[in-house]
Amino acid sequence: MKSSAFDYVRAESPQHALALLAQHGDDARILAGGQTLLASLNLRLSQPTLLIDIGGLAGWRGIALQGAVLRIGALTRHVEVEESPLVALHAPLLAQAAPHIAHRAIRNMGTVGGSLAYADPAAEWPACVLALDATLVIHGAAGERRVAAADFFQGLYTTALQEGELLAAVEMPLLQPGERHAFAELSRRHGDYAVAGLAARARWDGHTLHGLRLAFLSLGDRPLRARAAEALLQAGPLDDSRIAAADAALRAELQPFADLTHSAAAKTQMAATLMRRAVRTLCT
Amino acid sequence: MPTPNDHPTRRVHVEINGQAVVRDVECRKHLTDFLREDCGLKGSHLGCEHGVCGACTVRVDGQIVRGCLVLAAQADGCRIETVETETPSPRLKALQDAFIEHNALQCGYCTPGMLMAALDLVERRPHAGREEVRAWISGNYCRCTGYHAIVDAVCAVLAQQQAGRFSDAALLEAAK
Repeated sequence: MKSSAFDYVRAESPQHALALLAQHGDDARILAGGQTLLASLNLRLSQPTLLIDIGGLAGWRGIALQGAVLRIGALTRHVEVEESPLVALHAPLLAQAAPHIAHRAIRNMGTVGGSLAYADPAAEWPACVLALDATLVIHGAAGERRVAAADFFQGLYTTALQEGELLAAVEMPLLQPGERHAFAELSRRHGDYAVAGLAARARWDGHTLHGLRLAFLSLGDRPLRARAAEALLQAGPLDDSRIAAADAALRAELQPFADLTHSAAAKTQMAATLMRRAVRTLCT
Repeated sequence: MPTPNDHPTRRVHVEINGQAVVRDVECRKHLTDFLREDCGLKGSHLGCEHGVCGACTVRVDGQIVRGCLVLAAQADGCRIETVETETPSPRLKALQDAFIEHNALQCGYCTPGMLMAALDLVERRPHAGREEVRAWISGNYCRCTGYHAIVDAVCAVLAQQQAGRFSDAALLEAAK
């Protein structure tokens, strides 16, 4: 299908984009990479009268070390994360996750900020930034504010972004000595939406996991931490009985949504499998 | 503000297969419709028109994209490559030949997108194995071949490339 008619403006600065947004309100949509927005316009799921293209805001694109964080501009393309030496060194979870995002042609256009702001619970970046305890940098007319990933995702396609605000960047803490990352997902074909996925990070001292964070995708209305399983897995030296206890806790705490092709029970089983694989990766 | 009956347009300057093109184009028009309807380049196909099938794959500034998920207005100022370039690169020509040789198409609807994705792979991942070829073209649907023949064709061109077929010396020799 073809989208309905709209006007198109290239924002020349963040201020320009914010001014247009303030002027046109809900009649306008922000266009970043467009890999979700343009598909939904073609399907006429949404019929805005104006697209504000922020894709050319160079200051919001790119990956850089800034003090103790790795800053990724909101308009950075997925493929730039996938191929970044800085990401591979300081936030390898993101490098592991990137190839799972759709297909090369889509990763060339789609942006990190677009994915985070859209907050699809089946998307990879929201689970990754939750697992890494990242901070989201938000711009509005009143200036800049920062929100922790744990507070950013508030429900299905719902975030802490207020009307008239734009996501400018995301800041990741740097990989620490002994810290390891694991990302895995299960999907029917490469590049499909995950039926279940897991972004995990922990520090491993040879016997015990510390600071473990398990963030699942595709299981609920937002990326979900498995706190009971996390607590059990790092309560002492890792062994089979500890993993079995965490497995039982995980199955009890997850309440996954069923989808068209997978029951809640199937998703729970997949999540448990992903957790066992992630633990193996984190401690070897 | 436009109503649904207005059709705002925008002037777009692009380079398509080496030729400068200037057109006034509807803001809502995606790149594939622009190429097909405004520029007469029918090689890029529309299958699903929402980013799933890959039949519309073209390159913008050297990167493969979904033509149905890029607005012509977004591509203003960009360099676009489509399958019907008048001077196909040696690798594109070799892929076209290999697709025929390996029966990698039946109806041919997916072929232009498949070729552009494969060309990008051959150039960027010269050492790709069969699994990587499969992952790379997973974004391009084919409803006829079952993919094996397509993977065979792409792997054949990768092997030719590794054997030096596209080296400067070999191309010079072939041109004689």
